[in-house]
Amino acid sequence: MQAFEYANPKTLQEALGLLGSSWGEADVLAGGTDLLGLMKEYIHTPKRVVNIKGIKELGGIEKTSAGVRIGATVTVAELLSSGLIKSQFPALIQAAQGIASMQIRNMGSIGGDLCQRPRCWYFRSGYGLLAMKDGKSLVANGENRYHAIFGRAPAYFVSASSFGPALIALGAKVKLASQSGTRELPVAEFFVAPATEDDREIALKPNEILTEILVPAETTRNATYEVRQKEALDWPLATASVALKMDGGKVRSAEIVMGHVGPTPVRAPKAARSLTGKTINETVAEKAAATAVKGARPLSQNAYKVQLAKAAVKRALLRAVS
Amino acid sequence: MKTEISVTINGEAHTHEVEPRLLLIHYLRDVVGLKGPHIGCETSICGACTVAVNGKAVKACTMFAVQADGAEILTVEGLAENGKLHPLQEAFWNEHALQCGFCTPGMLMTAKELLQRNPNPTEEEIRHGLEGNLCRCTGYQHIVSAVKAAAARMGG
Ligand code: FES
Ligand code: FES
Repeated sequence: MQAFEYANPKTLQEALGLLGSSWGEADVLAGGTDLLGLMKEYIHTPKRVVNIKGIKELGGIEKTSAGVRIGATVTVAELLSSGLIKSQFPALIQAAQGIASMQIRNMGSIGGDLCQRPRCWYFRSGYGLLAMKDGKSLVANGENRYHAIFGRAPAYFVSASSFGPALIALGAKVKLASQSGTRELPVAEFFVAPATEDDREIALKPNEILTEILVPAETTRNATYEVRQKEALDWPLATASVALKMDGGKVRSAEIVMGHVGPTPVRAPKAARSLTGKTINETVAEKAAATAVKGARPLSQNAYKVQLAKAAVKRALLRAVS
Repeated sequence: MKTEISVTINGEAHTHEVEPRLLLIHYLRDVVGLKGPHIGCETSICGACTVAVNGKAVKACTMFAVQADGAEILTVEGLAENGKLHPLQEAFWNEHALQCGFCTPGMLMTAKELLQRNPNPTEEEIRHGLEGNLCRCTGYQHIVSAVKAAAARMGG
């Protein structure tokens, strides 16, 4: 691993002053479960690493007038044991349960989950985020069985975030701080499909820190369903998170978001709209799931993921009302 | 530039100057000299390096030593008390839960937190709880039996 300067600030202002104006100058460290892997492989070689775990205001889960505030450094294990989250947001609990191994859940943070880099093996082997060679994507004609079925050329990796889809379905926002102030962004706009090799897959700027996540209090029935190859350490193959606002037994409005199928979490607005006024049952869920994957464009090796994404949507819908 | 860290390891205070890029596992094994925590993969997969930091099981290969500054660390060497094996260690012995023993320190440290969180786990909960630890020898059955036996001994 390349040597770096280590900073352990105690306040947010101090931490922000330690960041750089371009990527590569500084990396933010919370649990480090992703960053250390990137640094060991020389994918990230920051000159400075800024540990934000010592900044008290970035932790904690609290009720606010608008909903629930989750500090960015809250660990997956802390989230899992929060009564506030358990009672309102099963979609987040189910996503957290999927994050494999007690050791990773003890260290990994929710902010880190949103900021983690893609698992694409071309990216992790040093071919770059878009894995381009001579103007062509290596992924499209290469080893792509775990890649996007909703690719956004030239990006065919999948967003690795476990919480992203659930937070989007719940209508959550992230707060991003820089020295010039803070801004709030819907989680749906936090994830972006990069157009060039210099872009990132998230809207965070190099001089910003993700400080908290704000989940609105609105009462919804919500759930996450993950399809995985194995229970042990690995990322899911396809997931879905849903949030349903109900009028009695009928859906007033719905949000359906699929994970691990595109360079960002993928919303399925048409499928969601088709649920309005309906009671969720096997047939209704199956139909909406089919609509959700209609626009999928699988690559040479991953057509199987279309079926998995469909199953995830159907099961998430049924889980939400069970 | 080196950074000074102070940690308590198995009840003993230590202060060292370390390079920020030094992994906790290398600190424990090479600086402090505790060879109990093993290095299997160094990439967060195998769990052989598991130690408890402030009571929480973590993979010491995926943490910088500087991140542990001020923390209490427990390694497998600190499990036995006054020369008496921890019930988990005894159960691993009695149930033949190891062959080569490479995964054992990590298994013990993970199982310890597993039983703290859930003193009376089902077989499935044990298997789920140990999902971050790989064993190439035993086929896991004896490890699961040992954790069950330890739970019973500890009064779960
Ligand atoms: S050595 Fe740490 S997980 Fe394998
Ligand atoms: S006993 Fe050999 S790896 Fe587990």
